Amino acid sequence: MARLGGVLDGGVVQERVSWVPELGIELHFRLDGFAAVMALIVAGVGVAVFAYAGEYFRAGGASVGRLAGLLTLFAGSMFGVVVADDLLVLYTCWELTSITSYLLIGNQHTDAKARAAALHALMVTGAGGLAMLGGFVLVGQAAGTYQLSEILADPPSGTKVTAGLVLILLGVFTKSAQYPFHGWLPGAMAASTPVSAYLHSATMVKAGVYLLARLAPAFATLGFWRPLVLGVGLVTMVGGGLRALRQHDLKLLLAYGTVSQLGLLTVLLGAGTEATVAAGVELLVAHAAFKGALFMVVGMLERRLGTRDLRMLPPLGPEWRSVKVLLVISAASMAGLPLAAGFIAKEAAYTSLYEGGFGGSAAVLVGAVVGSALTVAYSARLVWGVLVAPRREGWDPNRLAPSRRFTAPALALMGISVLFGLVPGLGDGIVTAADRSLVPGAEAVELAIWHGFNVPLLLTGVTFALGAVLVWRRREVAGALAAGQRVPSSSDAYFALLRALNTLSDRVTGLTQSGSLSVYAGVILLTSVVLPAVVLVREVSWPGWPELVSVPAHVPVAAVLIGAAMASAAIRRRLSAVLFLGVVGYGMAGLFVVQGAPDLALTQVAIETLSTVLFVLVLRHFPDRFEPRSTNRRRVVRVAISTTVAGTIFAFALLAGSSRTVEPIADEMIDRAQPEGNGNNVVNVILVDFRGFDTLGEITVLASAAIGMVALARAGRGAPRSQRRAEWAEAER
Amino acid sequence: MRRLVIVDISVRLIFHAVLVISVYLLLAGHNQPGGGFVGGLLVGAAIAMRYAAGGIDEVRFISRFAPWTILGAGLLLASVTAAIPLALGHNVLEGSIATWDLPAVGEVKVTSALAFDSGVYLLVVGLVLMVFEAFGDDPELDQGEGSRA
Repeated sequence: MARLGGVLDGGVVQERVSWVPELGIELHFRLDGFAAVMALIVAGVGVAVFAYAGEYFRAGGASVGRLAGLLTLFAGSMFGVVVADDLLVLYTCWELTSITSYLLIGNQHTDAKARAAALHALMVTGAGGLAMLGGFVLVGQAAGTYQLSEILADPPSGTKVTAGLVLILLGVFTKSAQYPFHGWLPGAMAASTPVSAYLHSATMVKAGVYLLARLAPAFATLGFWRPLVLGVGLVTMVGGGLRALRQHDLKLLLAYGTVSQLGLLTVLLGAGTEATVAAGVELLVAHAAFKGALFMVVGMLERRLGTRDLRMLPPLGPEWRSVKVLLVISAASMAGLPLAAGFIAKEAAYTSLYEGGFGGSAAVLVGAVVGSALTVAYSARLVWGVLVAPRREGWDPNRLAPSRRFTAPALALMGISVLFGLVPGLGDGIVTAADRSLVPGAEAVELAIWHGFNVPLLLTGVTFALGAVLVWRRREVAGALAAGQRVPSSSDAYFALLRALNTLSDRVTGLTQSGSLSVYAGVILLTSVVLPAVVLVREVSWPGWPELVSVPAHVPVAAVLIGAAMASAAIRRRLSAVLFLGVVGYGMAGLFVVQGAPDLALTQVAIETLSTVLFVLVLRHFPDRFEPRSTNRRRVVRVAISTTVAGTIFAFALLAGSSRTVEPIADEMIDRAQPEGNGNNVVNVILVDFRGFDTLGEITVLASAAIGMVALARAGRGAPRSQRRAEWAEAER
Repeated sequence: MRRLVIVDISVRLIFHAVLVISVYLLLAGHNQPGGGFVGGLLVGAAIAMRYAAGGIDEVRFISRFAPWTILGAGLLLASVTAAIPLALGHNVLEGSIATWDLPAVGEVKVTSALAFDSGVYLLVVGLVLMVFEAFGDDPELDQGEGSRA
């Protein structure tokens, strides 16, 4: 803030901190004129929202503390978005706003609707964000730098850049709720009103238009850019306006109004000429002020009267005067009536589009006039609906009028609307600075209420006339709009997609997860032998039989091993099978002893003992015998799999020893054990020293497995467990 | 559960001898057959004997710490041993050695690997105790929890 003066004169404040040096990612922040405007909006509206939330949540509640923390994080990440100069840092902050908005919208986590709306917002903006990350990488690689300011100073081009830009635009459109991704924004009103006020006016949705404004001047001349961006913006503007005209819920009305305004912002900032960008910046400021104030008004009505439905409101008495003033003036700014900030912005927008400078600007201008006429109409609907229409009698809302502290933050925001509307020259400096930071060398902007009789003034007149007609013939309009109810909305598409995904994953799961242990075992075994078998057949030549019996003791041990293994496979009783398996294990230990590896033998015996005990423990819960023999066909398959696996492993064991091409590592380990590991037991030195890190990982896995095992085995034994825990707690004391 | 006096007593006699052997294996492990893993498994076998003699209550009687406490302590000890060299500016798990000349005992060598191995030892003991804790209840008793206590 202290350096704001310098920024307004065209200076730039930069901060760099190395973050991930391996990837060359720096926490590179850059505050120029436009970033300063955005930062002021974020911070200014933020202060107002916090003051307002203090009153709104006066009654308190368990979730208010969490909400405050999240709101702060939300503001911080939005601030990060506008000052980040490194694309990846920008992306990180961008996603942080998505995540915090998810948590904020779903803050009433007991409400299923709020949770669904939060998920909707996260899915849409998250998917767009992913596309944007891909776009960032494409553009960043093409430009050779991830620094936004350098990319914009020397824009790359080519097919890859085009693809990257389209991906980035996807992210922008989802974030700024452009058609056809706008569905999440009206849903997001499930959040409490202070959050909505902030989300709609200063943060989140503005992140999209912010990035658009940054990119547009550098890339707007590319062939695809203007048709895509301006087309989407216009559709959004008109579509949002039409939907806003149909709403009875005040918050929904405002939400669709935001969608519509975002469309206009997309048009202005996306067109990327000097004049449109300046107009866009003005509209950004004006929109933040009037939309924030209007949401706060709705919040007051909702809080004090318990409803925000246009048809349920009682007539408001004189005690509500400040609220009425707020509503009328902010709505006037939204409609673009003279002497409000919205008028200055809209006038500038018309002028910039009329002067054009790019193909099809006339069509865009017509679209903007239509959209603005709709804005006039729904602004009038808002004011009319709250102040004039209410007929509901029977109770006196006067004593419920909000306190001064409740209205003060909204009044402050309204003050900005009025101030910039009456003395537009105040904004000259900051808008010029913002314009110049986006379009280098832009002329100084001079804002004024009266520009003389010219085409933009005429267009403003046309806008008001059209809007008045829409209000006047509102019954006919409502009839026509009712037909629009049948047009599938973006939310419908989203939910249909979600359902389809669920069905698909159900089917895939059903196909791959049969739940049969023998199928799983078969697949795992076959997979594990296929690759070695292929390599064996193709790469390795038969070395001839090794010496089969080198020590006489091999013969009895091998006999025991083979006999026990076959018995365990053939036997029907589970317990006997396990005992025979144990015999196989002890036989292996005997083999180790014969080969002169007492250490291995020791470990093998200990493990075998324990696993037999474990088997016995678990088997108590199973039937005594294996299930009845399966059909012959299945048995054939099983036998085939078993013999394949056994044969491959046998061949592998035979061949692996003889096809060594590299010096064995074991000799080196043995040589180094004493001097480096200070131990003579090579196995142990490897375990705790040479490969100590592996061991650490293994015991961690072991510990988690143990915890999972106890949790699984104890699941469903509720009462005794707590009783046991109490016993343990007592014992430990 | 019917308990046999002879089995009961002899298991208890053997148990502590086995524990001593397991500690010996742990300490000797660096130069002779043994080590923390084998030592821990040996304790596990001893615990299995206690279980065979007296059921899960007998196992619980062994230690006044909960199985997961022992497991966690082992993991903590191993991790800390691994991390200390890091804090001192060496590599993870880099070994060090201390040699003392104690009277009557002679030269005693202690390596940092021993601490790591002790962690493994404790973890394995905890693991075995948890196995019994998870699967070790007598099924008949499980049906009527009320009859216990």
